Amino acid sequence: MTTDVLFWLFAALVCGGALGVVITQNVVRMAFWLILSLGSVSALFFLLGADFLGAAQLLIYVGGTVVLLVFGVMLTASGPYLQIKTSAADGLLGAGVGGLLLLVLISTVYGLDWSALHPTPAVSMIAERPEGNTIRPLGLAFLGLRPDRPVTEDGKSAPGYLLPFEIVSVHLLVVLVGAAYLARAKRRAEPSRDSFSA
Amino acid sequence: MYGLFAAASFSEFLSGLDIPFFGPLSPLCVLLIAALIHAVILINIFAILPLFYIWLERKVAGRIQDRLGPTRVGGKFGWLQTLADGIKLIQKEDLAPGAADNWIFRIAPYLAVVSSFAAFIVLPFSDGWVAVSLDVGVFVILALMSLEVLGIIFAGYSSGSKWALFGAMREAAQMVSYEIPMALCALVPLVIAGTLNFGDIGRMQAGFATNWLIFHDPFTFIAFFAYFTVATASVKRAPFDLAEAESELVAGFHTEYSGLRWSFFFMAEYASMFAVSGIAVLLFLGGWHTGIDVEAGMADLRGWKPDFLVTGFTLGTYLVNLFGAKVFVLKACALVFVQIWVRWTLPRLRIDQVMTTCLKYLVPISCVLFLGAILWPLLLASTLKRTTILEQAPPLGRVIVGDAVAKRGPSTAVASSPVREAAE
Repeated sequence: MTTDVLFWLFAALVCGGALGVVITQNVVRMAFWLILSLGSVSALFFLLGADFLGAAQLLIYVGGTVVLLVFGVMLTASGPYLQIKTSAADGLLGAGVGGLLLLVLISTVYGLDWSALHPTPAVSMIAERPEGNTIRPLGLAFLGLRPDRPVTEDGKSAPGYLLPFEIVSVHLLVVLVGAAYLARAKRRAEPSRDSFSA
Repeated sequence: MYGLFAAASFSEFLSGLDIPFFGPLSPLCVLLIAALIHAVILINIFAILPLFYIWLERKVAGRIQDRLGPTRVGGKFGWLQTLADGIKLIQKEDLAPGAADNWIFRIAPYLAVVSSFAAFIVLPFSDGWVAVSLDVGVFVILALMSLEVLGIIFAGYSSGSKWALFGAMREAAQMVSYEIPMALCALVPLVIAGTLNFGDIGRMQAGFATNWLIFHDPFTFIAFFAYFTVATASVKRAPFDLAEAESELVAGFHTEYSGLRWSFFFMAEYASMFAVSGIAVLLFLGGWHTGIDVEAGMADLRGWKPDFLVTGFTLGTYLVNLFGAKVFVLKACALVFVQIWVRWTLPRLRIDQVMTTCLKYLVPISCVLFLGAILWPLLLASTLKRTTILEQAPPLGRVIVGDAVAKRGPSTAVASSPVREAAE
């Protein structure tokens, strides 16, 4: 019962925050509603036992993206309080696309026979531990081990995500190096070496 | 959901309680009351620590500057000075400047306080004395502590004052960059511990001080000092308090605030000082252990149930944990004292120096420490044929990974062999 009450509370906060983002015109107020919405999503993750995902949501979206957003607004705004005005046509277009997406989601949710989905080993493994604690299976999966999957007949573990993990981390490194390269202080043109060599 | 609250002591106490005419409490009722008690205790700790630290700050500042500091309020040592300040602040008019974005201006202090308080939820004070025991505790606390900056940025932006805006921009730039070395320095002891659970990290440092992670290898020793520097910067204490640099920005992000809202920022700041010091104590300085192994003498007390008044309540464990909590708070307070001492000793850096310190020195240093901490066990394994200098129990991470894999039963036992091989 506690879980249900909390679920509805946070779900209402997610929707209310998202509505606030759409309706508000002041960019920084939008950022506040975004914090509320994204923070409540992370609360929902915690409630569902996905503790690592919830913490990552907090760290990356609330603590990272929103901070960068506000930081960007502060650096670039020409006036004191930046407003964004949406034209009626844009509003209609947005509402139409959003409504279509909602239609797709609702039709999927109600079209699916949920009872036919028997709990997979991964789901039952998480259900065994009500407090979540998903980080160890996640870490093992990144190292190429799947403790949540049954061992195949020839005695091998199911393949994990070692290769994707490595590719993503190298990708991230490349992005970091690129960002540092682009943002580095431009050196002034060195005086020509001819005078030294001569 | 029930598992979220590791309210062992309180739940035990409450479920054993037999109220006259009412009978034993239902599990849901016990859970709610235990959660409430936890929240009330944490809020009290959260509120009383700043009260003490602000007094300490004034007293230490006075002594360092060859003054007496507060002497009058409350008799000796002026120990009620903060309370007097608080009463004064409550009486002040709660005003917002005309140029401010009123709504965000009013909400910003709460954001700072809430995120600072949220960090206390996963901070253990003793073995099992934690409101929510999570396997990703360290990750969660770092995530929660990174949210405090939002309140500061909002405060600075919505004030409608250039000083406040400058302060907020500095704070945002500083926070975004200092988060990186903070996480990297926190990773160094985690590599050795092999777990993100504060409880497990604390328990593995039991015994003498040589078991503390700071003395584990040279890299964790340096990592402690690097972490402490970064932590001081991340709670915007001098010499990194550029967001409120009085000499250049009037008062920085809180220039336009007054009264209780102003004091909320300071409550958040001092509580965060305790939180980062608490993390340092847990990750490096042995958590709630004294370091001289008094705990071994008290081991028999654990699990002692006198069954007096309340049945099923392990009073012995409670007493041992109380002692542990005192040790933990004392250690954290010692670190907070160092932060105060540093503030009144060192001059403030310039903003470019702050950024240089972080990006050019602390980030590379923490990367090197992280790499070193990974390579250290390999070096020892190839020379000494074991992974620690002193003879110790195997690192906790290996035990737990082994357990987690072995728990999956015989059908999956084959899969555990690569882990064991990799660990050995």
